[in-house]
Amino acid sequence: MSDQVATPLDVIDAAIAERLLSAALGSGGDYADLYFEYRSGADFVFEEGRVRTVGRGVTLGLGVRVLRGDATGYAYTEELSDERMLEAARTAAQIASSGGAPAPVAITPIALPNFYAIPRPSLEHPGAEKVELLRRADKAARAADPRIVRVEASLSEEWKEVLVVSSDGRLARDRQPMLRFNVSAVAEEGKQRQGGRSGGAGRFGMEYFLRPGQSPEEHGREAARLAIGMLHAVDAPAGTMEVVLGAGESGILLHEAVGHGLEADFNRKRTSNYTDQLGQPVASALCTVIDDGTIDNARGSINVDDEGNPGRRNVLIQDGILVGYMQDRISAKHFGSDPSGNGRRQSFRHEPLPRMTNTIMSPGQDDPEDIIRSVKRGVYAKHFSGGQVNISNGDFVFSLTESYLIEDGKVTAPLKGVNLIGNGPDVLRKVTMLGNDFKLSDGTWTCGKDGQSVPVGIGTPTMKIAEITVGGTRTS
Amino acid sequence: MSAATPPMSTSSVTKPARRRPLPDPKACQRLAEQMLALSMAAGADGAEVLVRDGTEMEVKIRLGEPELIKEAGSRALGLRVLKDHRAAVTYTSDFAPDAMERLARETVALAALAEPDPTGDLPAREEMAREVPDLDLWDEALLSVDVAEAIRRARVAEAAARKLDARITNSEGAVFGSSIGASAFATSAGFSGSNRGTHASLYVQPIADDEGGKKRNGSYWTASRYIGALLDAEAVGVEAARRTVAKLGSRKIATCEVPVVFSPEAARGLLGQFAGVMSGGAVWRKSTYLAQREGTEVASNLVEIVDDPLLRRGPGSRPFDAEGLASRTNVLVAGGTLRAFLCDVFAARKLGRRSTGSAGRGIGGGPHVSTSNLILRAGRTPAAELEKLDRGLYVTDLMGFGFNAVTGDYSQGAAGFWIERGERAFPVSEITISANFDDLWKGVDALGDDLDTRSSVQTPTFRVAKMTVAGK
Repeated sequence: MSDQVATPLDVIDAAIAERLLSAALGSGGDYADLYFEYRSGADFVFEEGRVRTVGRGVTLGLGVRVLRGDATGYAYTEELSDERMLEAARTAAQIASSGGAPAPVAITPIALPNFYAIPRPSLEHPGAEKVELLRRADKAARAADPRIVRVEASLSEEWKEVLVVSSDGRLARDRQPMLRFNVSAVAEEGKQRQGGRSGGAGRFGMEYFLRPGQSPEEHGREAARLAIGMLHAVDAPAGTMEVVLGAGESGILLHEAVGHGLEADFNRKRTSNYTDQLGQPVASALCTVIDDGTIDNARGSINVDDEGNPGRRNVLIQDGILVGYMQDRISAKHFGSDPSGNGRRQSFRHEPLPRMTNTIMSPGQDDPEDIIRSVKRGVYAKHFSGGQVNISNGDFVFSLTESYLIEDGKVTAPLKGVNLIGNGPDVLRKVTMLGNDFKLSDGTWTCGKDGQSVPVGIGTPTMKIAEITVGGTRTS
Repeated sequence: MSAATPPMSTSSVTKPARRRPLPDPKACQRLAEQMLALSMAAGADGAEVLVRDGTEMEVKIRLGEPELIKEAGSRALGLRVLKDHRAAVTYTSDFAPDAMERLARETVALAALAEPDPTGDLPAREEMAREVPDLDLWDEALLSVDVAEAIRRARVAEAAARKLDARITNSEGAVFGSSIGASAFATSAGFSGSNRGTHASLYVQPIADDEGGKKRNGSYWTASRYIGALLDAEAVGVEAARRTVAKLGSRKIATCEVPVVFSPEAARGLLGQFAGVMSGGAVWRKSTYLAQREGTEVASNLVEIVDDPLLRRGPGSRPFDAEGLASRTNVLVAGGTLRAFLCDVFAARKLGRRSTGSAGRGIGGGPHVSTSNLILRAGRTPAAELEKLDRGLYVTDLMGFGFNAVTGDYSQGAAGFWIERGERAFPVSEITISANFDDLWKGVDALGDDLDTRSSVQTPTFRVAKMTVAGK
């Protein structure tokens, strides 16, 4: 871990924090916390064989939260002057209008694990090194096939530092690196044109590019391969059928089908279709689903959540039985459980919510080849672009960007982009085979909820769903 | 919901002693011009500065009680400099004089990492806007809407939703939000201007219990730049509840090909995606299926689409674009024929034409093509007439991201109502609809008279003659 990066948060001490917390609780309230955030980021865009723009930015701010019961008062400022910080504290205080506040507690730093120790932040490396990576990706994508007519590569990096101080005396400071690399390619053949994309992300420094499969060349070639492969894609079928979801990115299914529904706020408010289901079977007995914020260098990992609780590995579904929700402070208090390290926020401008970190399915026993062989007619889904869920009724969709028809147990024609739609609890009960090939996706996944975006990770083994609706155009 | 929380008295909401000053366009403009001067002094050949200052308030009421009260202000600056035809973009929220000077120097130095491309140079001086029209985007009355008033409106709306029908058993709450913003733009190409605007909205989302333990949510909202133009809070709540209970008993239907009617809410996303494939940026990047289609038929002859930044009180109105060019109304599609690609200066140069004044930008990024008020012109048919179908689907909600701009292949999750013999027979969910965009837009066979003007993407109800519906 590189602790030597000096940031404006260095000057925030216990005395300042105590003064602000006391102002925040000046109108009453049960609890208050301060969230100081410093972000330094850069991005590079390479297209048409040259660096088109380079960007650089720094943000700094403080979010103040006051809780009274389940109610939140929130305010923020990006000017860290005494006057503005106190104003934010007093503004957040308006949720409470009377009554006492807890007595001040001495502030103690809490010790944190480190799931993303890196040799050196990428921002400390010269920009020219990053430009060279983009050039290599561009070159590899173009060299992959003469039908590649356009390539765009981008790299973005961020060094985020957070300092959480709470009225119950906790002080937690964390440094969270993030690196993202993306290559997209367009292939042309006659009048056909298709696009492909490959990318990866995680809490890494420049050592990321030395990992297997993550070199700029590999991302460049993969983007080209996807674009070329899609040139001869056929219309996807429409209707209900068997679907095999490949290892890794299929975690999007977990994220949408059960992940959001197991965020504790929806269950506390009884708006999730998993409300009151603790201890009940909610998935096939093959399924063990875990939200794990402790995976080394994963995009969704956190040493500490944005409420000052250490990141954790939480089992949500064990052998098909619902065993836990993802908690933030308000919900944990409601359920009388411990915070699970899932209180996250987009930035100092946002109040924390229960959010996923890395959501994964434990591996099963089946050989992935056997899973495909077991399907008479269906779809094999390999790459995904995203998904969405309606929490209340559990309906979710996810979009396939690389998928194939399965005919008589064999993977055949590539399919045009298509959506799958299902109902969360329903689909997880229909998981009939589970591969022994667990894979963590290293994709650039970002999750949105209530207008807030946070980085997340996903991972699964190969899975077979007995029945799900494929939203293609071919009805016969 | 914790029963231990005593009800909050709205009359005693406390106010912080010293308030952050109101966003001021002239103050933003002074900062923008100052940053511009610093950048030129630091050796830039050209520079553009955007400054934004805004305050926001958000109040959420759930089950009658405040769940969130949020108030804050925020100010930031975005800078783009050109040096030897190389571009760099930076941003900051630190307005200390030495920090601004340092940013100017660092940004000029950063540009050395980019590679020269004269296409990215600033626009010519003669392209610059000469005046800044007043588009009536600022409502003085909105400034006095405080937290207590926001709580009152949200409470009325949620209460109206909860009492409409006994099957409404829960609520995701009612949210009242307002924002007050100022912005300024200064460029060494010869323009400096400022703008200000207000906005308020009220959103209600009740939840009803359905059979089999399922829950159904529906929603309704009102929004305007003028507080007086918001719909009555009670009416918003009642409509949200009506839409929610209408979804009870939703079921899946069998896979079929039928006419599909899109509600204005659902249609908005389709129109946004359509504008995306008519963007000059997508055209030169070869990432749109319409790249070679200018002057040809891309939609049914009923379809007329404009982008109008000059709409008075429009949610997406802007008096000048993000490169300092005058805003103008652009016709994208007329009589079904593709008339123009929206362009910023870069896309225009790439395509050998003039910018359409359609540049937008955020604080942290350079200019890019963006729509302002994107409008699919209403037809003359009463919207209800569009449902006079023997059988068909009426879509109220779309889910997911199933659009491939390069090929036009489109597929999304959907919910709505099954239509039989001209009536909404029952609610439908867990289905997808799909078509190629070229067939979808050419298949528009009726446009309603009910243009929905609440957001910056505006459409009436419209109907597509045939789409694939995937279900059971």
